[in-house]
Amino acid sequence: MGHGGGGQLSAELVQHLFVPAFGSQGDAGTADSAVFELGGARLAFSTDTFVVRPLFFPGGSIGDLAVNGTANDIAMSGAMPSHLSCGFILEEGTELSVLGRIAEDMGAAARRAGVAIVTGDTKVVDAGHGDQVYVNTAGVGLIPDGVDIRPQRAAVGDVIIVSGAIGVHGIAIMSVREGLEFGTEIRTDTACLYPLVAAMLAVTADIHVLRDPTRGGVATSLNEIASAARVGVRLTEKALPVPPEVRNACALLGLDPLYVANEGKLLAFVPREQAEAVLAAMRAHPLGEQATVIGECVDEHRAMVVATTTFGGTRVVDVPIGEQLPRIC
Amino acid sequence: MLTERDRHRRRVVVHGLVQGVGFRPFVYALAREAGLSGQVHNCSDGVEVEVEGPTPALEAFVASLRPRAPSMARIVAIDVTEVEVRGGSEFEIGLSDSAPPGRTLVSPDIATCPDCLSELADPASRYYRHPFVSCTNCGPRFTVVRGLPYDRPNTTMADLPLCAPCSAAYAEPGDRRFHAQTIACPQCGPVLSLVRPGLADVTGQDAVAESRRLLSAGAVLAVKGIGGYHLACDASAEQAVATLRKRKGRGDKPFAVMVADLPTARQIVHVSPAEAGLLADHRRPVVLLDQRRQRPPGAPAVSASVAPGRTELGVMLAYTGLHHLLFGLSGDQPSPRVLVMTSGNLAGEPIVIDDGAARERLVALVDAWLVHDRPIRIPCDDSVVRMAGGIELPVRRSRGFAPMPISLPFAVRPALAVGGDLKNTFCLAEGHYAWMSAHVGDMDDWATLQAFDAAVEQLATITSVRPELVVADRHPGYRSTAWARRATRSPSPLHRGPAEQGAHPQLGLVQHHHAHVAAAMAENGHPPGEPVVGFAFDGTGYGNDGAVWGGEVLVADYDAFERIGHLRYVRLPGGDAAVRNPCRMALSHLHSARIGWDPAIPSVAACRPEELTVLERQVRTGLGCSPTSSMGRLFDAVSSLAGVCHRIDYEAEAAMLFEAAARPAIDGCPDPYAFSVVSGVEGLLADPAPVLAAVVADVLAGVGAARIAARFHLAVAGLVLDLAEHVRARRGLDTVALSGGVFLNAALTTLCVKGLQQRGFRVLRHRLVPPSDAGIALGQIAVAARRDSS
Ligand SMILES: [Fe+3]
Ligand SMILES: [Mg+2]
Ligand SMILES: [Zn+2]
Ligand SMILES: [Zn+2]
Repeated sequence: MGHGGGGQLSAELVQHLFVPAFGSQGDAGTADSAVFELGGARLAFSTDTFVVRPLFFPGGSIGDLAVNGTANDIAMSGAMPSHLSCGFILEEGTELSVLGRIAEDMGAAARRAGVAIVTGDTKVVDAGHGDQVYVNTAGVGLIPDGVDIRPQRAAVGDVIIVSGAIGVHGIAIMSVREGLEFGTEIRTDTACLYPLVAAMLAVTADIHVLRDPTRGGVATSLNEIASAARVGVRLTEKALPVPPEVRNACALLGLDPLYVANEGKLLAFVPREQAEAVLAAMRAHPLGEQATVIGECVDEHRAMVVATTTFGGTRVVDVPIGEQLPRIC
Repeated sequence: MLTERDRHRRRVVVHGLVQGVGFRPFVYALAREAGLSGQVHNCSDGVEVEVEGPTPALEAFVASLRPRAPSMARIVAIDVTEVEVRGGSEFEIGLSDSAPPGRTLVSPDIATCPDCLSELADPASRYYRHPFVSCTNCGPRFTVVRGLPYDRPNTTMADLPLCAPCSAAYAEPGDRRFHAQTIACPQCGPVLSLVRPGLADVTGQDAVAESRRLLSAGAVLAVKGIGGYHLACDASAEQAVATLRKRKGRGDKPFAVMVADLPTARQIVHVSPAEAGLLADHRRPVVLLDQRRQRPPGAPAVSASVAPGRTELGVMLAYTGLHHLLFGLSGDQPSPRVLVMTSGNLAGEPIVIDDGAARERLVALVDAWLVHDRPIRIPCDDSVVRMAGGIELPVRRSRGFAPMPISLPFAVRPALAVGGDLKNTFCLAEGHYAWMSAHVGDMDDWATLQAFDAAVEQLATITSVRPELVVADRHPGYRSTAWARRATRSPSPLHRGPAEQGAHPQLGLVQHHHAHVAAAMAENGHPPGEPVVGFAFDGTGYGNDGAVWGGEVLVADYDAFERIGHLRYVRLPGGDAAVRNPCRMALSHLHSARIGWDPAIPSVAACRPEELTVLERQVRTGLGCSPTSSMGRLFDAVSSLAGVCHRIDYEAEAAMLFEAAARPAIDGCPDPYAFSVVSGVEGLLADPAPVLAAVVADVLAGVGAARIAARFHLAVAGLVLDLAEHVRARRGLDTVALSGGVFLNAALTTLCVKGLQQRGFRVLRHRLVPPSDAGIALGQIAVAARRDSS
C-alpha cells in the first residue's frame, strides 16, 4: 500500500485509523512530537521507525538517521532532546559487522547530539521476513519555560525560514539506491538540529512553529502546518534554496524538489518582528549558514500552500497523492 | 368588415435565446406588418407575445417567427395558447416582466454589426468614432450581465445613465437600439483612457490616436476589451513581439493576431470560403489558418516571433468599435495592420478583467494601458477554432460561444460538472440544456481557482441552475475533483440562500475517457441505451487501474463503458518530465519495442549522456515511471524520433508540429506504417512496436520528417478503422465516437472520419465542444446526471 510516502495517505491513516482506535485527543499526530506535562515538567516525546535502504549512503547511515530523526522531532517542539530508547528488528543472518557499524554510527550521532541512549530492545525475525535491519527510536526532552512551538501557532504575518538547501537527503538516497550518477556526489544532510534551535530560542522564545521537513519534503510539511493553523502559506519559488545538483537530478527524474525528503533542515515560522534577528542567529550557526526566507503566512487561500512563480503566477502546492501521476493532458 | 367572431387573441411564448438579440423590435415589426394588435415583453422564459386579429394573420405571424427571426436568436420552442379577446388597435412593446429569472438564455457577446460599423465611420452619425457603438444586434452580453432578466440594471452598465438622445432611441420601437441594453454614445457611454506611467492620462479620441502612435512605435499595450485585457503590439515589429514574448515568459507558444478585415487576413494566410465564414462570423473566433509562404505585394509582414516554427497562424478579425479604431478609419495616419492580440495575463493565470489588477499584474508586461470604465463581469477569452474535413472543430470555446447552451438528447438533474484540470471548462445543466462555461484555465493556479469560483457563481445566476449533483474526474490529484469534494460538503460555495440549506449536493465521479466519449455522444444527440465504439485518444487520463490511460477503445453508452482495447502500456519516465521532453518518451517507446538507442536517432542525440544513463535505468526498473497507454505520448515520441521536436514549451507542441509536417505529404502517401493488434485477456492490444521499427528504419535511411509524419498519421487512422471493424464484427456496433485531445489534429480527424464513413460507420465527432479536456464537462454531465427515465 502507498501509505508510507508521507503524503495524503499517511495522514489519512493517522486521522481515520489510529486516532479513533487509540481514543487520542484533538491534535494528536499533527506535530512531530507529543507535548505533555509530567511531574511539573513539560516534556516533548516522540518515536520514529527507520526502514531506509540502503543502510549506508554518502554522508550517513540508518544509524545516524535513527538518532537524529527522533532527536529532531523532539527539538521541533523547542525541547532539548536528552534520552533515547532504541529497538532493533534483525533478520536472521544479518552480518554482525553491519549491525556493529550501525551501532557505532548511533553512538557517535548520540554524542554529537548530546543525547543518551538509555534503553533498548532487539528482536530477530526469520530469514526472509525482514530486510536485514529496522531501527526504532523513541526519546524525550524538556521544554524550556515560555516556549510554545506547535503547528497551530502559525499566524498571518509570520515569516517562513528554511535553514538551508532542500532536497539533498532524498536525492542522495535515491542516487545510491538506484545506482544513478548525477555528475557530483550528493551527500545526505543528516544532522541533529537542536543546537540550531537553541541558538534561535536564545533570540526569542516566541517562535511559532518548527518542523523538520523529512518524508514528503517541504511541501508536505507546509501543507500540514497550513491546515493545522488554517493560514495561507505563500512561497516565493525563486527564493527556494535548491542546489544545482538537486535541481538537475529532479529534472531528470521528473521530481519536484519541494517533495523530496530532508534530514538536517528545519522550517521555522517566526513573527515578522523577530524574523531578522532569528535569521541572523541561524546564519551565525554552522547548521543554518544558508538559512533563508522562503515565504510568509497570508490571510488568503487559508489551509493552502501557494507558490509565486518566476513569472508571477500562483501555483498551488498540495500534498502528494502517493505516486507522481502526471496531470498534463 | 371584421366581426367580433373572426377576431382571436393568442398568447405566444417563444423559448430560447431571444433576449438581447433584437427580438422584441422584430416581433413589433412583424405584428404591425400583419396588422395585429397586442403586445410583446421579455419574460422569465423568453419572450411573451399576445397578438390579436383574424385567424389567417395570426397563423402567418406565428409561422414567420422562426424563419424571419433576428440572426442572433435561437428559438428552442414556441408555445401558442388561445386567450380571451381584448380589443385594441395598437401593438406595444412592454417592459420586462420582473418575475424571478427562469430559463431565459443569455446571448454570447456579439461582434460589432455592419450597421454599427457604418455609423462608426460616418462623420454625420452620433456614433462617429465611438469605441462602444452597439445595438440590439451586437455588443457585449455574457460578459456584462449580472443577473436576469437581461435589462440594463442587471448589467455592468447600470451606472451609466442614458443621455436624452440615447433614452429616446432606447424607447423607440422602430429604432435599432430599442431596448438595447448596452446602448452608449460619446455623451453617455463608457470613457476610454490611455494610462502611461509618469504621464497624464488622455481620454477619448486622443487616447485612440496616442495608442495608435505607441503601437506604431513598437510599444506593448494592455487593451481592455470585451472579456478581459489583451496584450497588443505590432505583429510586424520583430522587436516588439520578441519583447512581449520575453516579458510574458511565453517560450515558443504562438500568439494570435488580429486584423481589421477579411482582405487583410487573406494577405497573410490562406482562407477557404468556409474559413472566411468562420472568421467573419458574429462570434469572431481566432481561426487557425495556414500562413502564406509567398505574400502578395503590399501585404503586411508577420514577424517570426509571432508563431515560431509554426506553419499555422491564429487570426481573428476586429470585433469591437475600439479594435476598428485601433486599425484606423479613413483619414487616419497609417498604423500597424496586424496586431498581436494575446490574453492579458501572467503565465498560467486567467485573463485579467479587473482594472486594478491590470494596472498591478501587467505592470512588467506593458508600456501603457488602454482602458475604459465599463466593468467586465466575467472573464471570457477569445475562442479558437479550426476546420477539419470542412467542418468546424472547436479548440477553445469561449467568447461568442458561452453561454450558448448545448441541447442534450435527454433530461438531466440540475448538476454541475467541474471538467478537468487543464484548459478547465465546467458545465451547468438542467433538463435538456447544458451550459458550458467560458475557458477558465489551468487549475494548478490559485488565481484560476478563484476565477473558477466566480465563473460558477455567475453562470449559476444567469442559468438559475441549482446543482443537486457535482460531477468530477476520478483522478485523485485533480484540483477540480478536490473542489467538487469540498463543494459537496457543507459549507460549500454551492450552498446559497436559506432554501438550499441542508441540501448537500451529491458527488459523482466519472472516468476521464468515458467522459470524453460521452461528450462526443451528447453533443451529437446520440440516444441513451445505444452503445458506441468510442476512441478516446489523449495525453493523460486517470485509468481505473491507476495507470495513465490515453489510447483507449471503449464500448460505451452513457451509463457504463467497457475498455475493449488500448495501446500497449509503455513506461512514462518521470511523470510530467516525460510530457515536457518528447525525446524521453521516444526512448521509452524504443525500449519497449526492444529497439536499441542508436546515437544516429535524433531523440538519442537530443539527450545528454547523464540523461541517457538515468533514463535507461528508469525505463528498465520503472523508477519514477507510471505505465501509460497514451496516444498523445506516442505522437510525441514519433515526433521526436523524426527529429521534429524533442522538448516542448507548451502543451501538445510536438504533436502539432508533427501534424503540420504530415499535412503536405498525406495525400497519395502509398505506404502507411502498421500497428500490430493482438487479442488477449486484457482485450485488444495495439502494439506500436512495428510502427516504431519502421520509423527508426526510415530515420536511419534519411527519409524526411514529412513522409514519416504522413505514414504515421495514416497508421493511426488505419488502426482506428481496423479496431472499429473488429468491434463491429463481434458486437454489431456501427456508430463510432472520436474524442480526446489527439483529435484536435485536423489531419487525423479528417482521415478517420472519411475512412469510417466510407466503410459505412456513423461517426460522432466534435463540432460544438473541443475534443480535448475542455469538452469533458459535457460528458461528465451526460454520464452522471441523466435523469432516470423509469
Ligand atoms: Fe483528456
Ligand atoms: Mg519524523
Ligand atoms: Zn450593431
Ligand atoms: Zn448617449
